[in-house]
Amino acid sequence: MKRYSAFAIAREGFRAHKGWDRAWTAPEPRKNYDVIIVGAGGHGLATAYYLGRNFGITNVAILEKGWLGGGNTGRNTTIIRSNYLQDPSAAIYEKARSLYETLSQDLNYNVMFSPRGLIMLAQTHHEVRGYQRTAHANKLQGVDTEWISPTRVKELCPIIELKGPRYPVLGGLYQERGGTARHDAVAWGYARACSAMGMDIIQNCEVTGIRTEAGRVRGVSTTKGEIDCQKLGIVVAGHSGVLAQMAGFRLPIESVALQALVSEPIKPCMDVVVMANTVHGYMSQSDKGEMVIGGGADGFNNYTQRGSFHHIEETVRSLIETFPMVSRLKMLRQWGGIVDMTGDRSPILSKTPVDNIFINCGWGTGGFKAIPGSGWGFAELMATGESALCEAFSLDRFRAGRFIDESVAAGVAH
Amino acid sequence: MSYRHNDSGRLIDRSQTLTFTFDGKTFTGHPGDTLASALLAGDRMLVGRSFKYHRPRGIVASGVEEPNALVNMGHGNRMEPNQRATTTELFDGLTAVSQNRWPTLDSDIGAMNAAIARFLPAGFYYKTFLWPRAFWKNVYEPFIRQSAGLGRAPTEADPDSYEHFHVHTDVLVVGGGVAGLAAAKAAAATGLKVLVLEQTHYWGGRTPVDGGKIDGMPAQEWIDATVAELEAMRNVTLRTRTMGAGVYDHGYALGYERLTDHAPDAEGPRHRLWRIRARQIVTATGAIERPLAFAGNDVPGVMLASAMRDYLVNWGVVPGQRIVVATNNDDGYRTAIVLKKAGLDVLRILDAREAGGGALMQEARDLGLRIDCGRGIGKVSGGKRVKKVQICVTTGTGGAMEALDCDAVAMAGGWSPVVHLWSHCGGKLVWDDAQAHFRPDPAKAPTGADGLPFVTTAGSASGPMALGSVLQDGAAAGTRAAKAAGGKGRAPKVPVAEDVEEAAMLPVWQMPARAEYRLKSKSWLDFQNDVKVSDVELAAREGFESVEHTKRYTTLGMATDQGKLSNINGLAVLAGALQKPIPQVGTTTFRPPYTPISIGAIGGSARGDIFQPVRMTPMHAWHDVHGADWEPVGQWRRPYAYPQQGEKVEEAVQREVTNTRDNVGLLDASTLGKILVRGPDAGRFLDMLYTNMMSTLKVGRCRYGLMCSENGFLIDDGVVARVGEDAWLCHTTTGGADRIHAHMEEWLQTEWWDWKVHVANLTEQYAQIAVVGPKARQLLESLGGMDLSAETLPFMAWADGELGGIGVRVYRISFSGELSFEIAVRAGQGLALWEKLVEAGKAFGVMPYGTEALHIMRAEKGFIMIGDETDGTVIPQDLGLDWAISKKKTDYLGKRAQERSHMTDPTRWKLVGLETEDGSVLPDGAYAVGRGKNANGQLVTQGRVTSSYHSPTLGRGIAMGLVLHGPDRMGEVLEFPGTDDKVYRAKIVNPVFFDPEGAKQNV
Ligand SMILES: Cc1cc2nc3c(=O)[nH]c(=O)nc-3n(C[C@H](O)[C@H](O)[C@H](O)COP(=O)(O)OP(=O)(O)OC[C@H]3O[C@@H](n4cnc5c(N)ncnc54)[C@H](O)[C@@H]3O)c2cc1C
Repeated sequence: MKRYSAFAIAREGFRAHKGWDRAWTAPEPRKNYDVIIVGAGGHGLATAYYLGRNFGITNVAILEKGWLGGGNTGRNTTIIRSNYLQDPSAAIYEKARSLYETLSQDLNYNVMFSPRGLIMLAQTHHEVRGYQRTAHANKLQGVDTEWISPTRVKELCPIIELKGPRYPVLGGLYQERGGTARHDAVAWGYARACSAMGMDIIQNCEVTGIRTEAGRVRGVSTTKGEIDCQKLGIVVAGHSGVLAQMAGFRLPIESVALQALVSEPIKPCMDVVVMANTVHGYMSQSDKGEMVIGGGADGFNNYTQRGSFHHIEETVRSLIETFPMVSRLKMLRQWGGIVDMTGDRSPILSKTPVDNIFINCGWGTGGFKAIPGSGWGFAELMATGESALCEAFSLDRFRAGRFIDESVAAGVAH
Repeated sequence: MSYRHNDSGRLIDRSQTLTFTFDGKTFTGHPGDTLASALLAGDRMLVGRSFKYHRPRGIVASGVEEPNALVNMGHGNRMEPNQRATTTELFDGLTAVSQNRWPTLDSDIGAMNAAIARFLPAGFYYKTFLWPRAFWKNVYEPFIRQSAGLGRAPTEADPDSYEHFHVHTDVLVVGGGVAGLAAAKAAAATGLKVLVLEQTHYWGGRTPVDGGKIDGMPAQEWIDATVAELEAMRNVTLRTRTMGAGVYDHGYALGYERLTDHAPDAEGPRHRLWRIRARQIVTATGAIERPLAFAGNDVPGVMLASAMRDYLVNWGVVPGQRIVVATNNDDGYRTAIVLKKAGLDVLRILDAREAGGGALMQEARDLGLRIDCGRGIGKVSGGKRVKKVQICVTTGTGGAMEALDCDAVAMAGGWSPVVHLWSHCGGKLVWDDAQAHFRPDPAKAPTGADGLPFVTTAGSASGPMALGSVLQDGAAAGTRAAKAAGGKGRAPKVPVAEDVEEAAMLPVWQMPARAEYRLKSKSWLDFQNDVKVSDVELAAREGFESVEHTKRYTTLGMATDQGKLSNINGLAVLAGALQKPIPQVGTTTFRPPYTPISIGAIGGSARGDIFQPVRMTPMHAWHDVHGADWEPVGQWRRPYAYPQQGEKVEEAVQREVTNTRDNVGLLDASTLGKILVRGPDAGRFLDMLYTNMMSTLKVGRCRYGLMCSENGFLIDDGVVARVGEDAWLCHTTTGGADRIHAHMEEWLQTEWWDWKVHVANLTEQYAQIAVVGPKARQLLESLGGMDLSAETLPFMAWADGELGGIGVRVYRISFSGELSFEIAVRAGQGLALWEKLVEAGKAFGVMPYGTEALHIMRAEKGFIMIGDETDGTVIPQDLGLDWAISKKKTDYLGKRAQERSHMTDPTRWKLVGLETEDGSVLPDGAYAVGRGKNANGQLVTQGRVTSSYHSPTLGRGIAMGLVLHGPDRMGEVLEFPGTDDKVYRAKIVNPVFFDPEGAKQNV
């Protein structure tokens, strides 16, 4: 792998950029791998990367039915935070956030992690109490958050309207090292690093069946033929139910559309990420200048990657209350992704009823921020059979009733 | 120079002059001008700067595809960034300011980027800015953000208003060009309801510019006649200045009407969002011309050939006097001919095709124009304005054969149908080799719930570009759509036009074909985002093979025109680099809106005070007058407290508690949910919903009940009164009313649909007043009318009667531990009763109290509060509420779940009271630490505070909490680290802090 640097760019600048290699190779699948990961989204790629980096397992194929990073990893609003309430969530999201801090350097790829600060607004007394509780919990979890006053909210985000007639801002939960990253770059950076370790990323290769023998995985059938493996990791977000069915088990997952939109680009006017959960909307400004806006998920199951427009209306309406200036901006583009929702809105990182099949899914509306931590923990689970980060997220929690409910601390989770 | 040329200009009214400013300089124009045509008329060709390199940018197009001419318009609270000059109708007093430049448009510091462009290829930022680590956030990113972005951010609230329109139509026709009109006419003939939307302010699209006769008349005449005919039909609605913005599932479509953008002083809403439900949608959205990719194709003065034609015919404006036309198809000649006929100097026509074109070429030749076949542009030079064109062999490497001094270049790269609306909802495309474009595949249309197509395309949006076939296709589409929408009757005669024979076009994706890097790195694809041919090739070389990867890596098609101008060129270059056929590369996804629409319009009229409905109890106005400090609870507003003159809110709360405990207080409890459950199976139904047994409740009695989710978690509580043999009235929490009503309906409709039960939400039908305190009975008795003695109306009973002449139902229930009556009256009588109670209560020291006093009193008594002690993870057993769970019932919602291993785990945290050692108030939401750390390095916790208050009754802080083995650890002291770095110590105590025997309530 040729290292990226300002020097390398300068050198290439004098020779028509002819010297750049492929960021990742495009191999044909081999007959057999130690590990197959299905799904080259952020979570699948990060899993492969840490399998190689932390456990030296590099005889790995990552199979992707479309183009890598083309699922929710390439459609999300890129919010990164770890101010979760429950211990297991805070652990894995904070692990992820801290890995994001150095990810660009680790991968030698600028993923543009921007810890610009994130505020979750409290607009009802109930929310104030919910966030104060989270602030207390975060302190013990080693997550750096802080309850801030409306005045401080306004200082951090001057375009905000504190005195909305319906929902005045009563304060906020602030995570100074929360922020955003460039979603595509996260997928590409991991992909390039995996490829450099000799792993095969095989795009346009859909898994159509899973072969098992005596309760143990043997391999997969794909649109590029049969491939054998010792271990299989299913990391396909919205399509998890489909893959689980191929392996013969069921998942407590529903797939629904989650939508987002961007405005036309404008000069910098907002340096933090703000989430307003009471009115269901959140916003940040991308480095290109677009206001990136999202809201709640659609209310019905769906695989089309399109949503219903009234959700966009609701989101936008609430943001006009919170940020009156957006009214005079224009919506450039709206889109949707299919998110995998569990009953407790927490992910599943788990062994499955089939030996050597592992599943990583259920990240729902908020898994971008978790990518490095999830990959780290899931690689450990796949390699060693155990992981403290993953333990609480096992499938059997639904049987035991041991939910990890994050909706507790109010509102939408992105 | 660019200027207003002759007396042509079919859209402008030269008899009137309008004045406007651009970058502070005054210009003039005419009604009918766009900002772009008026700027050109005033010799303003340089209008903006590109995104990345800050290259000088001129007007390149004449419609929605314009990527360069974006301006800040207006000022103060009406300032708006990124207004597209080509679609902005001129009005008197318009003020526009250029964007993305500093300090001025002509000398922009950011243009330094262009000088080092060779070091800033596609995606360079992924490869650098890595060290030092902290620099990304603090140095690099702020710098990038500052140089990116386009217009200025508005800073003030928007003073304009917006609205939504809801319409149903049989056939929606998007696009009012000749194809759309022909389609509308055909569909309307069946008598169906037809709605036609046109984004510009005039009908007919570009046909009057392109020329041709329809049914023997000049095109404009046919258009006028057809519009008049449609206008006269009652089943047809025509709207200009209304863009079809998006097509969604089930025939849902959005229209975006700009009502006052062209007349800012007009009354009424600025934009209107049409929310349309159509049986069938016809997209007659036309086609957009493609630029050619040659070096310097972005220099101001290089323009789409069709745009140059538009400017001349529509607005009488030309971009220069010495013009070179480069084309790869016959349509380019139309521009040359129009220019020549207007007396302009067309220096040369460069036709990329060896064999040249057909009849139009001949016509040009006959006009004396010089045509070079097999030739193209090697390079355009000039900084802020075209100065020179180098001519080269199209198939070569770009060696200059000749240089021409000129000041404008027209480029004609072929046409692409506007397929956006077709694609929004899943319509598929096919590649058309002959015309080198993607067009809708009629076999793969978007389908509705019935599996049948609901979108059809018409005219050049379908692919054909010649007038005759466009009309034919349009009329056929209208007939097809009408038929599919259930229309009957014969289609009208199809309008006809004679087409000139055109020679085949030659796809040219890079001019010249074997251009070197030097030229490719100056051949623009995405003009706004600065994506060049070399960038797409670099992406392909680096393995970004999917078109989506290339788009994201290079930002091709991500600008405000969303690739309308030249995405196809980009795809073709990518295909070339990958050595794949273009259809295999495919397109990126088309997403709504077609062009950007205002966020204000999406929000509509629900803003400010009417953002969401405010629900008010009948006593709301009284509370307001009496100084209520409001708390939003869902959509309700409830008085939090009633501070008196000079009193702080916290002081008011303490006073209200004390007064209620000592004398008597009034609480407006009207917001509590009241759901009537009635029918022969109502008892059985409630036994399933509540953990308690409700079927055995006697008429006339009340019971406190708990409701759990399927997962066993406590979701609501409240008092249930049996109001008749087969009728129960269920009280819910304020926030729970709608949710619980829906919950009941869901179970009835999906699971127990055969049970005979009706559910009605009566929350707003009754006002409810809690009269609470030792003097409550005296106060009520002073009103007279019914016997409220403990014997007739014992605790947990209700009775109908009269108080002070008003019919009431009195429940003897208590949430405060005091003697307490909740009095329900018809909503219309609520205020009257409240005022009577206030008046009569004076003698007893009555005072109203708010929600916070209510909370404190319930906590003093150890009563749980949904949302405080519960959070969706707590089961009744955690709260010591086992007594409210019937042991006799075989089932209720949540029962099975509560038997799961984690629910019966003895280590679940249980409800206790907590008292600080020094009487201070424990921080709400604080956690009690245990010993050590868990496997993830987090401090181990063993409990948390669920509610915490200062109790005026006890004169100290009291709290409730959930604690590991709590009830078995009375007297133990726990440590709660606060967020203020202090550690709070609190003792575990009984959660009932006040009057544990219930002496006060049972009197
Ligand atoms: C609109 C939107 C906004 C969001 N905003 C945020 C946010 O602000 N912050 C945040 O943290 N999270 C956010 N999320 C959630 C986040 O995007 C996801 O949780 C995360 O990206 C999931 O990553 P993944 O790798 O699990 O899934 P994906 O990226 O979806 O990857 C799964 C991959 O599996 C592939 N696949 C599926 N089936 C097969 C098969 N049979 N064979 C081979 N491959 C297959 C898919 O093609 C896909 O590439 C948002 C999501 C959406 C849709």
